[in-house]
Amino acid sequence: MDWGPLILTFKLAFITTVVLFAIAVPVAYWLAYSKSRIRPVIETLVSMPLVLPPTVVGFYLLLAFSPGNFFGNWLEEWLGIRLIFSFGGLLIASIIYSFPFMVQPIQSGFSSLPVSLKEASGVLGKSRWTTLSRILLPNIQPAILTGCILSFAHTVGEFGVVLMIGGNIPGKTKVASIAIYDEVEALNYPAANAYSLVIILIAFSLLLTVYFIKGRHYKNLFP
Amino acid sequence: MISIDITKKLDSPTGPLELDIQLKVEKGQILTIYGVSGAGKTSLLRMIAGLMKPDTGRIVIHNNTWFDSATKTDLPPRRRKVGFIFQDYALFPNMTVLQNLQYPLGKGQDKVIVQDLLSIMEIQNLQHNKPTTLSGGQKQRVALARALVNRPEILLLDEPLSALDVSMRTRLQDYLMRIQKAYELTLLLVSHDVGEIIRLSHAVCRLEKGLLSPPESPLGFFHIDKASGKFLLEGEVIRITRDEGQLVVTLLTGGILLKMLIGDKELGGIKAGDKIVVAAKGFQPIAYEIIRS
Repeated sequence: MDWGPLILTFKLAFITTVVLFAIAVPVAYWLAYSKSRIRPVIETLVSMPLVLPPTVVGFYLLLAFSPGNFFGNWLEEWLGIRLIFSFGGLLIASIIYSFPFMVQPIQSGFSSLPVSLKEASGVLGKSRWTTLSRILLPNIQPAILTGCILSFAHTVGEFGVVLMIGGNIPGKTKVASIAIYDEVEALNYPAANAYSLVIILIAFSLLLTVYFIKGRHYKNLFP
Repeated sequence: MISIDITKKLDSPTGPLELDIQLKVEKGQILTIYGVSGAGKTSLLRMIAGLMKPDTGRIVIHNNTWFDSATKTDLPPRRRKVGFIFQDYALFPNMTVLQNLQYPLGKGQDKVIVQDLLSIMEIQNLQHNKPTTLSGGQKQRVALARALVNRPEILLLDEPLSALDVSMRTRLQDYLMRIQKAYELTLLLVSHDVGEIIRLSHAVCRLEKGLLSPPESPLGFFHIDKASGKFLLEGEVIRITRDEGQLVVTLLTGGILLKMLIGDKELGGIKAGDKIVVAAKGFQPIAYEIIRS
């Protein structure tokens, strides 16, 4: 079995998760505490990837990234980057597609904390940044872990978006889900089976970790 | 001197409410705000702390302007030197008691105050515990200690002792008096426990229909100074019944149920659930020793 697609999959999932965490924390913070009128609009946008077929997301990203279009052209002319059929493009697509899986747990983590914790930190003379890094985030660790694991797992399970904008280039964009599809097309069932089993095993252990942590956390909170 | 003159429109459970508050408190005073729930007491404290924005007016604490709608001054809570005890204490669950107390320390600030406060509040032996393992009274003391680390110019307490039983309450009131004296604190307290108010505060204001009454001495406020009796009991009316033509009031005071007769005229508008003070006039009490110490 060629381990390349699996390694690529985990590389993609890992980087996606790290970048997503950095972007999702401020967004989730804003969604949890803002009283702005446009909040429902932003919330809807964040959740859109949950309900859209992956092909829809992939299709528009394909259009946006292709050098024939303004944005793709600009990227190529000015930054010398071609996102289409590349790992970079795949990464951006994965980030967009897994966005709600990271934002929603963290947002509900923030919302579940008593507001008084945040207020108390402010009254005690601390900035928002200190409050976030020393009070809010440490107290929603299970939510953060859930968000990270779900984003990671969801990226591993991605197919439609990858197929639309990544294609099937070994070592660059051929992730495990594409490799499985490929092997089935080629009637190479044992290889497809091997990839699939690895994916199932990993998905199971990741989700098990999530539920294990959740169970333990609530037991600690309400013994 | 603390000088507050603010207005704020609120949506209270009983409909819209307009707070229009003028208040002056001398340094080192303990002032209680008394009023029914929903009167806007908590909102007043939150506006002083900077957690809620008044519509118009000024908040000046010891010559520092914290809020002034005319000059658009509105210091964020972290730049107001204020201590706030939340009803739920708001202890940080991820930190030990000691870490909770060290958290407010600024860079280079002397850490001695943390040890001082731990010993004043008698919580040294709890310093390595997490808040979830503490009892209500212990949490209260930690919250009080934490609020004082930054040497606030004014300490705001939002019904801090309401969740505690009577004996714990009395002890905490002693702690509160002790630190108030030690740090010459100006205290603003929201409470509707008559005993607590009389024991702790120098003055009481009533917040009613959005307006704050002028400060009065606690005894005057509760009309206790008018009674000439030697015994004063404060309690809650449990029920009022009529027994063979006589009105009987059942009163809960300090965990003890009392029944007493009362005349129709005296009863006035008193109803079950009211807090009342009973003064016993004109008899000579005799005290017996039960246990010789």
